[in-house]
Formats: sequence, structure tokens, C-alpha cells
Amino acid sequence: MFNACLGFTGARTDKMSIANEYKGRLPKKILDEVASLTQGSSEAKVRKLLEEASREYEQAKVEPGECVGIISAESIGEPGTQMTLNTFHFAGVAEMNITMGLPRIIEILDGRSEISTPMMEIYLKQPYSKGKDLKEVTLAIRQTLLKDIVSEFLINVADFSIEVKLSQERIAEIGANISSIAAAVKQAAKGYNVSAGKDSLVLKKKERDNGINALYTDKEKIKQISIQGVKGITQVLPVKRGDEYVIITAGTNLKEVLSLEFVDDSRTVSNDVAEIAKILGIEAARQAIINEVFKVIESQGLNVDIRHIMLVADTMCNLGVVKGITRYGVVSEKASVLARASFETPIKHILNAALIGEEDKLDSVVENVMINQPTPVGTGLPGLVTKVKR
Amino acid sequence: MAEQEQPTPIEEAAEPASSEVIIPEGSEVPEDVLEESEVPPSTDKSPKVRIDPEEQIAGKSVRSIIFSVFSPKTIKQMSSAKIVTPELYDKEGYPVDGGLMDIRLGVIDPGLKCKTCGSKLKECSGHFGYIELARPIIHIKFVPLIMTLLKCSCQGCGRVLIPKNKVDTAKKELGRIEEELGIEERRRSVKDIITNLKTINKCPWCKSKQSKIALEKPTTFLENEKRISPIEIRARLEKIPDEDLELFGLRPQNFRPEWSILTILPIPPVTMRPSITLESGERSEDDLTHKLGDIVRINQRLFENINAGAPEIIIEDLWDLLQYHVTTYFDNEVAQLPPARHRSGQPLKTLSERIKSKEGRIRHNLAGKRTNFSARTVISPDPMLGINEVGVPFEIAMKLTVPERVNEWNIAYLKNFVKNGPKKYPGANYIVRPDGKKKKLTEETIEASVEELQPGYVVERQLMDGDIAVFNRQPSLHRMSMMCHRIRVLPFKTLRLNPAVCNPYNADFDGDEMNLHIPQTEEARAEAEILMEVQTQLISPRYGLSVIGCVQDSISGLYTLTKRSDIDRKLALDLLAATGIEDFSRLPKREKVSGKEIVSVLLPEDFMFFGEKRSDLGVEGKEKEDITVIIKDGKLLSGVLDRNNLGEGSGLLLRTIHKKYGKEFSLDLLGKLFRLGIEVLLRLGFSVIISDTDLPEKARQEIKETLTQADREVEELISLYHNNKLDTFPGRTLRETLELKILEVLNRARNKTGEIAATHADRDSPTMVMADSGARGNLLNLAQMAACVGQQAMRGKRIDKGYRGRTISAFKREDFSPHARGFISNGFKSGLTPFEFFFGAMTGRDSLMDTALRTPKSGYLYRRLANAMQDLKVEYDHTVRDAGKRIIQFSYGEDGVDVAKSENGVINVQRLFGVHGGQD
Repeated sequence: MFNACLGFTGARTDKMSIANEYKGRLPKKILDEVASLTQGSSEAKVRKLLEEASREYEQAKVEPGECVGIISAESIGEPGTQMTLNTFHFAGVAEMNITMGLPRIIEILDGRSEISTPMMEIYLKQPYSKGKDLKEVTLAIRQTLLKDIVSEFLINVADFSIEVKLSQERIAEIGANISSIAAAVKQAAKGYNVSAGKDSLVLKKKERDNGINALYTDKEKIKQISIQGVKGITQVLPVKRGDEYVIITAGTNLKEVLSLEFVDDSRTVSNDVAEIAKILGIEAARQAIINEVFKVIESQGLNVDIRHIMLVADTMCNLGVVKGITRYGVVSEKASVLARASFETPIKHILNAALIGEEDKLDSVVENVMINQPTPVGTGLPGLVTKVKR
Repeated sequence: MAEQEQPTPIEEAAEPASSEVIIPEGSEVPEDVLEESEVPPSTDKSPKVRIDPEEQIAGKSVRSIIFSVFSPKTIKQMSSAKIVTPELYDKEGYPVDGGLMDIRLGVIDPGLKCKTCGSKLKECSGHFGYIELARPIIHIKFVPLIMTLLKCSCQGCGRVLIPKNKVDTAKKELGRIEEELGIEERRRSVKDIITNLKTINKCPWCKSKQSKIALEKPTTFLENEKRISPIEIRARLEKIPDEDLELFGLRPQNFRPEWSILTILPIPPVTMRPSITLESGERSEDDLTHKLGDIVRINQRLFENINAGAPEIIIEDLWDLLQYHVTTYFDNEVAQLPPARHRSGQPLKTLSERIKSKEGRIRHNLAGKRTNFSARTVISPDPMLGINEVGVPFEIAMKLTVPERVNEWNIAYLKNFVKNGPKKYPGANYIVRPDGKKKKLTEETIEASVEELQPGYVVERQLMDGDIAVFNRQPSLHRMSMMCHRIRVLPFKTLRLNPAVCNPYNADFDGDEMNLHIPQTEEARAEAEILMEVQTQLISPRYGLSVIGCVQDSISGLYTLTKRSDIDRKLALDLLAATGIEDFSRLPKREKVSGKEIVSVLLPEDFMFFGEKRSDLGVEGKEKEDITVIIKDGKLLSGVLDRNNLGEGSGLLLRTIHKKYGKEFSLDLLGKLFRLGIEVLLRLGFSVIISDTDLPEKARQEIKETLTQADREVEELISLYHNNKLDTFPGRTLRETLELKILEVLNRARNKTGEIAATHADRDSPTMVMADSGARGNLLNLAQMAACVGQQAMRGKRIDKGYRGRTISAFKREDFSPHARGFISNGFKSGLTPFEFFFGAMTGRDSLMDTALRTPKSGYLYRRLANAMQDLKVEYDHTVRDAGKRIIQFSYGEDGVDVAKSENGVINVQRLFGVHGGQD
């Protein structure tokens, strides 16, 4: 990528080698920026700029002992007081509600497995992204339940059957036909014989053991039979972004959406961190946490450096699974008994520690605060040894 | 054989630890002993600390704390008294021997001496006692553990219900888990093992059948529906061999299961449950003493009944009562038990309640502490103070002191303070003799003290200008909430600060109070000065920009100044002089100078800066060129200075100055710019007036039309809705669609009225100056005053609360028209109708609620974050690790850049390029 940025002729190799010299010393982002700025400049200029940049970079590095954790916590906690509680509408058009603001941040950092407004942004592959077959695409994604296309349910108590009258209009709308619907129902409705009529389905119960009440409970189940689309996706909304169409959905199902052939699986994202962790792994989950938290903070017009969010995400994902910032998650992983006890449920922690004779090595902050000793961070980190005159 | 779980000793131990520790000769206090009950000799790695009592440089520190459970034996050993009577004092009010206030347990009365150690009040930290329980009692906190032990060990032979051949592999596995994943993971796998065992009903060792054990909460265990007595339980637990304990997650060195059934109860020292003497001379005992009194009384009664051979049923009853008292002694919030109460009906605060929650020992006294040498009052602004100064009233300055050690060179200087005494400023309040004795200075002692003073003494002198203080405002949400300031002693009774520094503290002057702390040692002062002083905190670690900028009037002032180009030289000089500039040579020698030239005088001569474009909305003609701030060679060539450049957290102007010229310079420049802005307003005058919001007739007409047009559109939508002709949005009902569409129409109308108001408003009116410069308010506020307040929304919807189908009973049901659903078509100036006012009050209250609900939520989030991440730090190898040395990041933030040293989070290559590469 760096090479691509140096899109000029002439002393190409020279400049590349200069840049290569600095590869270990400067982060790639800075090298790229230097490259794009110095297009057409002389070699000496490039070298000088790189030299200058690496000097500044060295100066801007964190000092050992800096308690970056607290700084990150402050940087996210402090603007938290300025955030609103309200949910926001999506992109001005008021068709979908998304949890934003403080509740969303809390939700992400809690590491919850069920989030309040699951959502996906589905990017499409080439011809489709330009709007080809957009309607078919949205239909293939959006889940249609049997109840969505039904005009009437009739229960025939005499011969233990349920007649489902379908609405032709709605069927046409979702681009399906009776036989495909019948097939879907047949597969899902176990214990029933399904026969398709002109615009209705008749489900006849095979066994009559459980009486009529069973028919009523089954009716509710039958209503929820999925006819087409991806399970869990309740709404779709195609949005034009730049020159391509993106499909925003309510509800997520990464696994199935990603396996659809017209979906661009490299860019499609879900906002459900737990799901991402399950399907794509912990690194993806970490990135998802960063993106989601950053999105909220940005939408509130607040300025928080991405590094702070990264650190939070890294603490949450450090153990290979997403752990929430709660007493059951990250805090329970602490080595120090007193640090855990000072957070929540102190008695439980002290009791358990006593049973196995746990040792608190006093390595972190609170424990040392408790016993009035310098904390091993920042200026408390280095020890001073002097020879005492005898 | 009972045990006290850990917390109790900690409470007491914390006390002596807080005073400076100087080890007396011959003492061999192992590091842990204060906190620890049983220090296994293996872990006692007390270093060979050589202590030279003469030099008094004993540096003693606690290296680790081991948690453990007291065995009944240890309790007896460490006890200094056996408690046998519930009586506290005899007729003379002297503590009874063998009573709960026995002076062998320590003293709380001045004048008495501890019988155990012979020390007086405050010197003796107290000693434990014990009582022998007549019958074993179950420790409430161990009930779950007893349950699993009973269920998972054989009722016949006491072995764990795991087949012989699998025991060793399970142990090995646990060992491996602890080594690899830590103690917490081990705890979890123990739990897994135990859940698997609960279903086994035949012992793999002795083949005996296992009967069902049930727990009747809180403390009764049942076997086949029959109660098992604690004696029986204890017998069973005793049978479990040491080698099996590991599988239950227990360590036999620390804990034997039978210890969880108490036979001996330790009595905490009186010093941790002091009685207080009321004004009437009556004694009021501590809650713990009350509870212990109950226990001792019932215990004695139980003894008597047993000895007298009372019927079993009476003994059982007393036993249960004793169980209740002991249970509530440990925890008075057990779900199934009624809490033990005072006579007044308020529940007793027993051991658990002492420790847990925000007001408990851990969070209240251990993780947070109180401090001396501090002050608190109301704050008020004083722009004449430096940004890093704090104005301290005389009253406070004469109470707070700074210790200064007397030596040959400063003795004369310090004597002056002592001479003045505590009543005359600047004086001294105390002198400390070399042996540590503190002497208060009073009118009578002044003379003797002046004579006495010699090198080695310490004088606690009153605060003076230039002293160092840490200034703080709660809530201390970030590190800029506590900064170090220089003291200026001033008249009047408030603490004063420069309004520019309000931002980091989030302070205003509507009655806010702030705290002041005076560091007392050289180390503390040095750290405060180097790490905490205002100038060191200029750049926020949150986003890498200046947190301190110009505010309010100062922004309006600089904005007006930089816009004007016709300022009399005289006025210009006056302004600069008031700002504190003495060198006017850089001001052009002309009769009329421009505001930009005045500002340029403050800027360093080699300063280069290119700002970002500001919005050019409504800017016309010549002003169009003025939208970018360009500073070249220290001259402000174009651009007006506004919030985007001078405000807190915005723009790179302040950041660039800081980067190039350092913190001292930027603080100084900031102070001068700030003062300049205020001086400008002082001289030119600045005041908002109602006529600022006047609009020409034409504009008013336009606004009116816009609103009626919107009304008409809404009406149309409503009739469409009633005729069922409205196109529904996907996934929405008809009603919701209507709402959304109406909302959109009304919002559009409001925005349009706003635009009309903005275009017709006088751009030079103070109101517009404030909005445009970003000093206060925005165009929306102006539009709301001049044109139309707009739709009042609650939870993102129009108002529909109130009566059934209507908001106020004056409207018809199902009236969806704007005015019935909270649309305020008047502006604040023209005045609201009663309905509109009511709707406005509704949303006002709603947003009040929102704030009230948000504060605790975000506070809790913050607490959790801080707790989870407090021990992350950058190591010497530049990795970020936690206290357990687990690597969290290999390089902080992926590039190792400290945000506080970056420019808005990045290394500004473009600026570097401008300096070193761009000018060819």
C-alpha cells in the first residue's frame, strides 16, 4: 500500500529505500502520510521530514509507568455524564430506531449477549451493489413469517385440521408462490400433513391424542413458520451510500447473511459484539467493540481518542472471550483479592480467598491505597536505593 | 474451634498502619503479621531489614497479605480473655472482668491501662477474647460450603465421591489449571467438579448408599427430611481427609471443614466497638457489643440448662436462639431471618454491614480516606488572577499551614512568622520540636517559642503568596479536576479562580464550592508542582487538545476585536497595557490600527499557523476572505478569532502554540488573550437587548406564511390518514407513519423559520456576535426567540401524554393537529399561549428527569471502568500490562503514542511538512 502512495516516477527506488529505513521506527500511518505529502520532493527533503517525524514520534511516546488504564477510564467516563439517554432515529429518516448514547455504551461494555437493537449493514457484491435486483435481494434477506402472508386461520375441530388462507396480494409482494410456501410449511410443521389448495393450505394433524387444545397451541407455532429470508432479520432498508446500495437491517444473523452469494462478506457488519465473537472470532469482536463505542461517542459530538477505546476493548477481549466490565467479567479476573473486594461483593471475595489461603501481592493500585503505601504506577514505580552512611 | 473470617482483624490493623511507622528496637514484626492471623511459616519471607534506630530511616513496607481462616486453636491462643458474663460494667462503671468490655481486650476510657499490654488509650490497638459456645453453631457465611461438602463426601467414610483412580487425575488437572489460568479459573473448575458430584448416590470407596441432603434456609440441614444437628454435621466434616479437600477448592493448611461449625467464637477487641458517652453521662454501646451481649447471655443460659439437665426441647430452643444471634452477629441481612433490631426498631449494623457497600469499611475507610490541611468554600471568578493561581481568603490562609524546617540560613526568616503568632498575618500556628512534640502558638507562648527556635525545629507557618495548593472540584471525573495552583492570599471569603480554568473543573459560580489541599512534604510539593500544576495539564489526555481556552466574554471580545480594523492607537495601547504588555514596538505606527494587529502583538514573532475554514453561512462580501485564520511570522493576517480557535477542545491554534513554545508560554499567552478579550468588551461595551431579536415586517410575514403552510400540510396528512390513503412505511402502522410524517413537516417548517430569522437578524447585534463567535448560544436559540420555538418532543415523539386520546382536556379527542400535540408556533419574544407554555414545561421536566437518571448510570459505568482498568500501566518494555503482568497491548494504542503529547491524537506530519518541506 505504501508503494502505491508513491505514485511518481524517477527516484522511486531511492525513496522507497529511505522509507524502508524508517519502517521499524515509525508507524505505518505516518510513513504513508509522509509519502503522500512528499510526492515530487527531493530525496533530502523526504529524509529530513522522516527524521523530523521520527523525532516527534519518539517525543510523543508514552512514558513507562503511565497508568493508561485510569486515563482511558476517565476519558470514557467523563464524557459519559454528557451523553443523552435517548434513542436516536436512523439517518434522519425516521424508520428505524437504534439504541444510542449512554445505554448503548453500557450495553457494549457490559458484554451482553442480547442487545436491545441488533442491526446489520449489508454490503453487496458488484452488480447488486449498483442496484441490480435490489428488490429480490431485500426479499431474500428479510425474513417472512407465515403470519405475514396469511389473511385467515381456520381451525376445523371436526377433522383436526388447520386451514390457512393466504393473501394473494402479500404473496405477490414477497415474490413467492403457493408451492414454495407449502414446501416451507411442510418442512417446519412436524406432525401435520400439508396439502396446498389454490390460495390456501390445509394442515391435518396426524395424531389426535392431545385433544383440541393442542391445535390452538400449534396454530401459534405455525404462525411463526419462516417462509423465506434470513432468520432473525425483521426489517430491511436499502440505503444509498455514495454510489452503492447498502442494506440496513433490524435483527442480525451474521452466519447466514455472510453465506448469501450476493453479499460482500468482507464489509458486511453486525452491531452485535457477542455474535461477531462467535462467528468471526475474538479479534473481530475487539474491532467491533472499538467501532461501536466510537460510533456512539462520535454521534454525540464528543471527542475521545480511539486509543482509549482500544484499551477498553483489549481489556475486554484479553482472555480470548468477550468479558464485560462487570463484577462477573473483567473485575473477577483480577489477581488481587483486595482489588476485587473493593469493587463489589467484598465479603464473598474475602471469604473465598481465606478458604484457600490466597495471597495478595499488592501489585496494583487500590490495595496499596488501602494500606497507605505508594502505588506502583507513575512516580511510585521506581524505587530509590541509597547507601546509608554508617 | 471456631474461626473468624478475615475482615475483623483488618479493621483494627488499618488503624496503626496509618501513622508513620518507626520500628522500635528489637521488634521483629513480620510484614504480614498485622493483617494476618495465621502466617504459614513457609510464606514468611521477611527480609533481613537492618534497622538503625538512631537514623530513624526505617522503611518498612507490606509486601503481601495472606488471607486465611482462624482455627479454633489459634483463636484460643491469640485471645487474652475468656468472656463469661454479659454484664459490661459494675456499679462504679468499671469494666467487669470476663465481661465484654473487659480491659484485657483493650481500653477505650482515658486513664485506664490495658491489662494485656499495659498501654493507654490510643496506644493499645486492642486484643481479642473468646467465648466457648455451649453447643456448636453454624457459621452463616459457610452454609453453602457445608452444603457442598455434605453432598459430595460420603456419609459413611467421609471420602470424596470420586472413584479412587480418578482422584489423582482430577487433582493434577486442577493444579495445571491454577498454574496456567490462575486461581480464579481453578475456582470455576472446582465448581464444575462439584456440580457433577451432587448426583452420585453411592460411595465409590465404601459402597454405602448416600441419602438426600437438603438445606432449609438459612441454617438447618435435613437428611431424609430429618434434621441433622450441627454436632453431627461437625462430626461428618471432621471425617473428610485432608487429601480430599483440594478437590473442594480448599487448602488444609488454611482451612479444615469442621472449622465452619463454630465451637469457639472470637470476641473482637473493645477498640473496634467503642461505646460513646452521651451528654447525659449515659453510655451508649456499639451495635456489636449489643449483639455480643445477646450471644453471651443466651450462651450462658444454654450452659446452665444443659448442666441442670433441662428437657431436650428447652435446650433445642435455646440452641436455635443462639444460632440466630450468632448468625445475625455475622450478617444482619440474611434473607430468611428477621434482622436484629435496636429498641428504636432500626436494624443493628453487624459485621457484614460494617464491611460492605459504599459506606462500609472497604470503600469508605480503606479505598477512600479523609485528609487534614484542606479547605472548602464557595468559589467566585477573578480574571485578574493568573490562570494557575488561586485566590485564598485570609481566614483560610491563617488556618492552613506549611511546615518549614528551621536551619541556620532561614532561622531569622522563620522567626518572623513565629513572632507574629497565629493572629497576625503572616504568622505561624505551631512549632514542632525535633523530638516530634508539637507546640501550639498562642499569645502567651509566642515569646518563649521565638527564643526556643533553633535549627532542627519545624515551623508551621501560614500560607503565603506563591505557596502550592491542590485545587479540586467534585465530581473529580478526570485528572484535570485536581490541579495544582499557586496561592494568592486575598481579602473576602471566597476561593477565587480565573474563569478560563472553569472548563477543566466544570465549575461555574452559581454557588459551587471547591476544595483546597496543602501538600505537607517536600516530595508532595515537588510532585504537585511537576505533575499537577495547571500548565502541565493544558493538553487533555482524552483528545490531545487544550482543555483550557477562552470562554464567554473573552471570546466575544476577541471576536469583535479581530473583526474591527478602525481602532484608535490610543485605545489599542490602552488595551495592550491592560493586558500586561509593555513592549508596543510591534504595533504598527499608525493612527488607526486593526484588531488583528493588536492581537498579533501577543503572538510570538516566528509563529506560523493555518487554521481550518469556519462555516461561511451568511457571510458576505469582503468578510468572505476572513473565514480562515492565517498567522504568518507572528502576524494574524486573516480570520477572526472565535471559539473554533480559542475555545476549549477545539482547533489546533492553542495546541500548536503549546507544541512549539511550551507550556509556560502558552499559559501566559492564554492569560493575556483572555484578559485582552475582556478588556475589549469593557471598553467597547457589550449588552444584549430584546431588539436584537427584532425582525423586519417582511420576515415576520414570511415566518407566518411558513407556519400556516405547514399547518395546511399537516391537515392534509391527517385527512389522508382518516381516509386511509396514507402510504405506510414498511414495518410501521398507519398511525406511526402519520406521526413521522407530521413530525417531518413541522421540523422542516421550524428550520425554515429559523433560517428566515437568521438571515434577517442584524449580524452585528450582540446576540448574533455571541452566537457566531461561539461564546454562548447558537442560531437555534436566536430563532426560538425571534421566530418559532418549534415542536416539543418527548422520547422522540410528539406529546401524546395526558388524557385519553388528547393532551389537554381543552382539545377534542384524536386531534392530531400541531397545536394540540405540542407544536409551539410562537417565539419566546412574542410569548407563548398557555397551552404552548404547558407543553414547554412538559419537555422541560422530561429533560430534567433525563439528567437525573443519567448521572447515576454514567457514574456507575465510570466506576466499573475505573475499577477494571486501574492497574493497567505501561511497562518499561512499552507493553501495557495489568497487575498480574498479563499483556493487554503490545504497544499502547497500537503506536505507543501518548494522547496528551499528540496533536488531537496524531503526529502532525502536515505541520512538520509545512516547516521543513513545504517552503521550497
